[in-house]
Amino acid sequence: MTTQEALFNYCLRLADNHLILGHRLSELCSKGPVLEEDIACTNISLDLIGQANALLQYAASIENNGRNEDDLAFLRHERHFYNSLLSEQPNRDFAFTMVKQFLIDAFNYYLFDELKKSKDLTISALTTKGHKEITYHLRHSSTWIDRLGLGTDESNLRTQNAINELWRFTDDMFVMDEVDKMLITDGIATDLNIIKTKWQNTVNGAFEKANLKIPEKVWMQYGSKQGKHTEHLGFLLAEMQHLHRAYPGVKW
Amino acid sequence: MSDNQGILWEVFVQTKPGLPHKHCGSIHGHDKEMALQNARDLYTRRNEGTNIWIIPASEIVASSPEDTGSFFEPANDKVYRHPTFYKIADGITHM
Amino acid sequence: MENALNEKSFQDKIDEGISIEPKDWMPETYRKHVLRQISQHAHSEIIGMQPEGNWITRAPSLRRKMVLLAKVQDEAGHGLYLYSAAESMGVTRDELLDQLHTGKAKYSSIFNYPTLTWADIGAVGWLVDGAAIMNQVMLQRTSYGPYARAMVRICKEESFHQRQGFEIMTVLSEGSSEQKEMAQDALNRWWWPSLMMFGPPDEESPNSANALKWKIKREGNDELRQRFVNQTVPQAAILGLKVPDTDLKWNEAKKGYDFGTPNWAEFKNVISGNGPCNKERIANKIHSHKEGAWVREAAEAYAAKKNKASIAA
Repeated sequence: MTTQEALFNYCLRLADNHLILGHRLSELCSKGPVLEEDIACTNISLDLIGQANALLQYAASIENNGRNEDDLAFLRHERHFYNSLLSEQPNRDFAFTMVKQFLIDAFNYYLFDELKKSKDLTISALTTKGHKEITYHLRHSSTWIDRLGLGTDESNLRTQNAINELWRFTDDMFVMDEVDKMLITDGIATDLNIIKTKWQNTVNGAFEKANLKIPEKVWMQYGSKQGKHTEHLGFLLAEMQHLHRAYPGVKW
Repeated sequence: MSDNQGILWEVFVQTKPGLPHKHCGSIHGHDKEMALQNARDLYTRRNEGTNIWIIPASEIVASSPEDTGSFFEPANDKVYRHPTFYKIADGITHM
Repeated sequence: MENALNEKSFQDKIDEGISIEPKDWMPETYRKHVLRQISQHAHSEIIGMQPEGNWITRAPSLRRKMVLLAKVQDEAGHGLYLYSAAESMGVTRDELLDQLHTGKAKYSSIFNYPTLTWADIGAVGWLVDGAAIMNQVMLQRTSYGPYARAMVRICKEESFHQRQGFEIMTVLSEGSSEQKEMAQDALNRWWWPSLMMFGPPDEESPNSANALKWKIKREGNDELRQRFVNQTVPQAAILGLKVPDTDLKWNEAKKGYDFGTPNWAEFKNVISGNGPCNKERIANKIHSHKEGAWVREAAEAYAAKKNKASIAA
């Protein structure tokens, strides 16, 4: 594997995480519990898809093989998407959505904070801009964790259920392979073990404050970095890609 | 009494550092933080803000239309409060 | 006697172009009229999110996806501005939503038509937003202050909505034959409903006279509809698309187009609940409102706990 190939792959991971999470949020448009929350969720979705767009453009320029950001978003198949398993999980209810957002926002917050220092100037620039947006996302989702955890018995129960169900996908975010190792050596990528410690502190703290518990002895699911996903991703892509694929090669 | 959509807050946005906060509308929110975030999302999406104030609408005290005469008309004839009331000798500038 | 005096000074204010503010005296009929119009307008923005939101997850490029998200988000925002304007008349948002859910309040019947293909997103932006803007520009000077102020903000934000729709139509009509066909089909389906958006002919419109007298509206339905046709027909020509009206022709004498009569029977039916999507639109709204009930309760309980804690501290 060349550095170029590793970097291409690394950008796809960052981009796909955002694209798929942003897509899930966009599904909620006009379905929020209050109108103001509709606006908040679309805002965050727009930030995420915007960042994905920029990262895919960069990935396309690294690959330098005639593909553009739309080709990468709409013409790759399931097995060539590298978003975390957590990001593709369906919304189910507002508690699921917010727990998922919070767990990923906290991850992105520390990851992007580290990547600001990347020796790759584009990654550094994109993550510096992105980190400001993610700081707000984390503020939004953490306050919801607090509200839902401490609100009513029902909201606490629903949120706890969401945590119990989603927890098995959390470790997948921190898996490192050849791509990471190669780029860490070059000062481009960051060591996810460092991120994990910070992430755990934040998540533990927020859950404890909100009277929520991290489930014990959970068997973790892995595979996103090899493009091995849960069944949900296929349906998501079928919806997202169908129009683009139905009329090959045209302009939109 | 409780409106399930949260209480009503009035939103004031400062558009540039140094300018006063200007009323731009209202928003619903259950608590302060939610109302602040909602105001940010609704009123500063287009790069319109540098700072936001929010205040529960119920805390605003306003004069009423019946007060208009007694409140504001007495100021009509106090022209000596305006600089144009005064005659200044020709040739004086910067005053 | 006092009422007659009030009414006289109210009408004087209107005639002088002084805006009416929430605490000012106003005839009950004026209050009801304005409130009904603002609430219909607000509900239209909110229900209008559905036919377009429908295509966010399927938008054919990332750029289109972002633009559509931003647009639908604006609609939610505009709904909020308008609900606030309605609330200034002493009604709560809960009550307004309840009226929507129970069918007591109406919304623009255009949103009861389905968005079947991607070209519909173009047609909605171009025609539906085009028609809406025509109305809204006028409403920036409507007599009720909070409504006028909401409209100023809305008009400023809406300016990109029609352009993005026209851009979609341009790309499609310059694209493959299938794309062009898609664009023509969308125009065929959205043309007449768009003309109906201005409401029935003034002579049959029960509220038109009062609306003009009180300067809630400043132009009649027919006048606005004519302007819309005059403006839109040349745009269709630029796209190379055919407006589906065999009676359409230029009238040199009036410097405008003569055009056919919309199907007002259909209009009345769609308004009274028989449109293709009336049931789904409201059912969706009620569903998400119910699904959100526990979240709102949690937020309320949390706020109460926080308040208690801050009083104790």
